[in-house]
Amino acid sequence: MGFIYEGLLKAFELLFNGNPETWSAVYITLCVSSLSIFFTILLGAPLGFVLGYCRFKGRETLRMITDTLLSFPTVVIGLLVYSLVSRQGPLGDYGLLFTLPGIAIGQVMLGMPIVVAMVANAVENSDSGMKDTLLTLGADNIQVLKATLWETRYHLMLAGVAAYGRIVSEIGISMMVGGNIKWHTRTITTAIALETGKGEFAMGIALGVVLLIIAFGVNFSVAKLKRRAGQ
Amino acid sequence: MKKFAALLLALALLVPAMAQAKDKVLMMATTTSTDNTGLLDELMPEFTKDSGIDIRWTAIGTGKALAMGRNCDVDVLLVHAPGAEKKFVKNGHGVDRTQLMYNDFVIVGPAADPAQVKGMPVEKALKAIAKAKAPFASRGDNSGTNKKEISLWKAAGMAVPDKADWYMQLGQGMLKTLNAAAQKGAYTMTDRGTWIKYMDVNKGKTPLKIVVEGDKVLFNQYSAIAINPAVCPNAKVELANEFIAWMASPKAQKAIGDFRLLGKQLFTPNAGK
Repeated sequence: MGFIYEGLLKAFELLFNGNPETWSAVYITLCVSSLSIFFTILLGAPLGFVLGYCRFKGRETLRMITDTLLSFPTVVIGLLVYSLVSRQGPLGDYGLLFTLPGIAIGQVMLGMPIVVAMVANAVENSDSGMKDTLLTLGADNIQVLKATLWETRYHLMLAGVAAYGRIVSEIGISMMVGGNIKWHTRTITTAIALETGKGEFAMGIALGVVLLIIAFGVNFSVAKLKRRAGQ
Repeated sequence: MKKFAALLLALALLVPAMAQAKDKVLMMATTTSTDNTGLLDELMPEFTKDSGIDIRWTAIGTGKALAMGRNCDVDVLLVHAPGAEKKFVKNGHGVDRTQLMYNDFVIVGPAADPAQVKGMPVEKALKAIAKAKAPFASRGDNSGTNKKEISLWKAAGMAVPDKADWYMQLGQGMLKTLNAAAQKGAYTMTDRGTWIKYMDVNKGKTPLKIVVEGDKVLFNQYSAIAINPAVCPNAKVELANEFIAWMASPKAQKAIGDFRLLGKQLFTPNAGK
């Protein structure tokens, strides 16, 4: 028990004394996860909307594929992205291995299915009566689209936060594509794995506390949003 | 909407800042021992100060480091498996292999020494461990230490105890393997540098003790290799050579010799010897 207590004490010391290695990992995690979630939403939200709003052939199959991709294991994504961005791979010329944008590619792959599936679901389930009412009231298609978009705003945020929670806590992609390079690609999760392996539990616990705060913060906002979205 | 626009702007600024390629970045793959011990943390800021080169390293086993070199994913290697390194250079993947420093491997085990191997020569000790079926923790990751360990089992006239119940292949770095050995009451082989670091981290309180050391076959040479630009056009061979020359310089060699934990020297410099 002693070392857990010691670890916690040391953890707060590291955080409040501004230990540069600890804060570097926190900063890098925030950078790369912001980059990832930005592109996840940018690409995922329109796709999800189209998938939920439009009726076209093959739509059901696409929905099934996105639902299946929800359980994409991070190590497999890591492996996949590694083989893509390694110098021998098809994207090798861009030099993305061991960089934050490289990690972000994998994290976008991780977050996309969540956003697409959740947004599609929300749009699909949004009040279809509303559409008819609006049309009877003389709204044109553009106005109906706008109304539907507005109605799903909370669900979109909800999808974003859910995807963010997964992105910020993953380790497989960051480790394999990022390489856990100090000051550059060492994120909170890879640093915890490293420090624990070295037997330096205090720094691991300090970073664990920060990750918990971020993850709980995200979940807390999910809970709040859910209430607002009326689910 | 304003907030969203601000966020967009912030990200638009952030992306190029992160993707910005600095000219003088040198990417190195190295073994876990040079990183875990803190040697690189001590030396590399000096190197950056002297050369203006931003060196970044990923700490993995020697086997994986060589594979990254073959894939052209790094510019320089700092590794410790002379046999595999020579083959790497001979096959044209690397150039200018330069020996920099050495220490030695030791076999550590539980203080009670269940297989009674204390003070034995290596081959006899491994035979005794196998005969007693005493737990043995292996790196199991094709690292330099792992390659050495495998060669020692073979030298002792045994097949590598791959699937034996008492033989644990962890697939982890050296410090992790030492921690696992301590938890499991197992023997393991480590380089002396990482062993001293392990003692330092645990403030000397550990169930493990050195049981076999001093055998000539336990010599452990560390070398640097530049990736061959003829095979990997993107490899920054000039920066790599600058790094190797700096590591072999009297200043860095002295710093390597002066790097101590618990008053003990972890690596002995031997460039040009």
